[in-house]
Amino acid sequence: MASAPHTEPRIIGPGHTFATVTDKIASLVLQKKTPLGWFVGFAVAFGLLQLLLVSVALLLARGVGIWGLNIPVGWAFAIINFVWWIGIGHAGTLISAILLLLRQQWRTSINRFAEAMTLFAVACAGLFPIIHMGRPWVGAYWLLPYPNTMGIWPNFRSPLIWDVFAVSTYATVSALFWFVGLIPDLATLRDRATNKFVKILYGMGAMGWRGSARHWNNYEMAYLILAGLSTPLVVSVHTVVSFDFAVANLPGWHATIFPPYFVAGAIYAGFAMVLTLAIPLRKFYGLEDFITDKHLENMGKVLLATSLIVVYGYTMEAFMAWYSGSTFERFMIWNRMFGSYGWTYWVLLFCNLLTPQLMWFKRFRTRAGWLFAVAMVVNVGMWLERFVIVVTSLHRDFLPSSWGMYSPTFWDWATFLGTIGLFLTLFFLFIRFLPAISIFEMRTIVPEARLEEERT
Amino acid sequence: MSQLFHPAANSIAKISVVAGALAAGLVAILVLFVLPRSSYVTRQHEARVQPVPFYHAHHVGSMGIDCRYCHTSVDRSAVAGIPPTKTCMNCHSQIWNQAPTLEPVRESWRTGQPIEWVKVHDLPDFVYFNHSAHVNKGVGCSTCHGRVDKMSFVWQEESLLMEWCLECHRQPEKFLRPKSEVYDITYQAPANQLEMGHQLVKEYDVYPQVTCSTCHR
Repeated sequence: MASAPHTEPRIIGPGHTFATVTDKIASLVLQKKTPLGWFVGFAVAFGLLQLLLVSVALLLARGVGIWGLNIPVGWAFAIINFVWWIGIGHAGTLISAILLLLRQQWRTSINRFAEAMTLFAVACAGLFPIIHMGRPWVGAYWLLPYPNTMGIWPNFRSPLIWDVFAVSTYATVSALFWFVGLIPDLATLRDRATNKFVKILYGMGAMGWRGSARHWNNYEMAYLILAGLSTPLVVSVHTVVSFDFAVANLPGWHATIFPPYFVAGAIYAGFAMVLTLAIPLRKFYGLEDFITDKHLENMGKVLLATSLIVVYGYTMEAFMAWYSGSTFERFMIWNRMFGSYGWTYWVLLFCNLLTPQLMWFKRFRTRAGWLFAVAMVVNVGMWLERFVIVVTSLHRDFLPSSWGMYSPTFWDWATFLGTIGLFLTLFFLFIRFLPAISIFEMRTIVPEARLEEERT
Repeated sequence: MSQLFHPAANSIAKISVVAGALAAGLVAILVLFVLPRSSYVTRQHEARVQPVPFYHAHHVGSMGIDCRYCHTSVDRSAVAGIPPTKTCMNCHSQIWNQAPTLEPVRESWRTGQPIEWVKVHDLPDFVYFNHSAHVNKGVGCSTCHGRVDKMSFVWQEESLLMEWCLECHRQPEKFLRPKSEVYDITYQAPANQLEMGHQLVKEYDVYPQVTCSTCHR
């Protein structure tokens, strides 16, 4: 191992020491003057958040009739957006848990904000199951099993109730993982802050962290345990989400490929979102030394690998529809490709099949601009994938007399854009008030942290 | 540099975690369990003031008028029926026909404008309930409406929550009585209620459904 550092591509810029790493990351939070760009970005995000507020208020006042869904397309934007957001969250958990257990050191500089992204994406996702009822207060007894005044329980055989447990467990573990990881850094901020009030705020978050050997020992144990708990969640959450569809007896949904194909799609979408956030972040804050081209390249590779799995899923859906010999299955895939919504399928293939193939080439993987463009296309593609699955499967019912079309209304779009506003608002607040990159973990990868004879 | 936190902060932090969890649990219990069952929400036992001081205690309890004298369609229809002013005037054209308190009744009689009685047992509009199906299968009036013969202004005796409906729909044998006793407001359940109830379930062919569409049609 001693010679390894010589050949490894750098995952941190040259010349960094414990002090420079700490200074750089802590200064992003503790600087007195907030950059103008932050205010501009925050204003846009906050404006979109207000759109969400208006949309949800109107929804509560008027009911789900303000949305475009109706029989036969009884599930539309709410579930599409739910699955899209929850999928995005998965990269954070994968990076923090699985890459930690696999000792992938390059995860160090991206795990913190990827975990934050996970939490915010789950918050956006969690909104939809609640508001899609139109009367969210009934959600308490529709979603949670407790002895309610109706004397009945939710249907435990329904994947929708499994989903409630999967997502709430996921949100809890992700939040814990994120917070535990923050504790040593909050202590650093507490110690470096000059304002008494700021010191106290960070001090409360640091929970009395002094950095003693015992603290570190407990910390490492807790972090490993949480990583172990999170690992199965990477796979289980989207598996259960896919059951929402796969358990239903509907051509286009009723497929055994769904769980693995959804999980791969989630990681794929998640890494696209990490890239979407990481590239502007490192550009505006000058973090190229920490989020290096090597990081971007690795994420590009993950994007390519998961896109291939997703494409395998698409292929199998089409193949099984033909191979099943079922009239309805065959019609479903034909309708998906050439029916009224056929164009969405071809745009989806452009986004998720063709575009990621650029990642075979190193020149695209290492150029931030290209990667950002590819990531944006993938974000759109993964949203379209859920649109295709939900809408094209539903709008042609078994009986032609029940066929219908779905078109989103202004408020469908407003709610969706509004959750993007919520996500970005939370993210802007996060990068302003918390260290977006883990300070103490970055210290472990500077050359100073290695033994004398290991240093490059 | 002085210490940021007092040593007591450690204890405060630990206590606040436990206290926070307890407080959250308490709020959840209050909001999910206590509040929706409280009479504040269900309006159980709240006597409703009517436009005319019509006292059931007097008419049923003292005079012994049968329920069906006024609620004529209870055994033939979904609704028991609110009596028209004419029913009141059957007696009150002869007795108490000058009483000032009954002026709204006489006014209604003169003008043909019905009295606007306040509905006490008001089920949500998404619930289908049929009186005749119940009284013809051995569910007594007082099982749901209580001792109306002891109420001045009538109140809602039971919660009318769905769990209350299901209590009987799931175990009708606990509440059934012989058909001959359905309109007896003073009826007391016998000691062998369960034994008799099981027998009545068989005899009257009582198999109350608990599927959604039984009541939510």
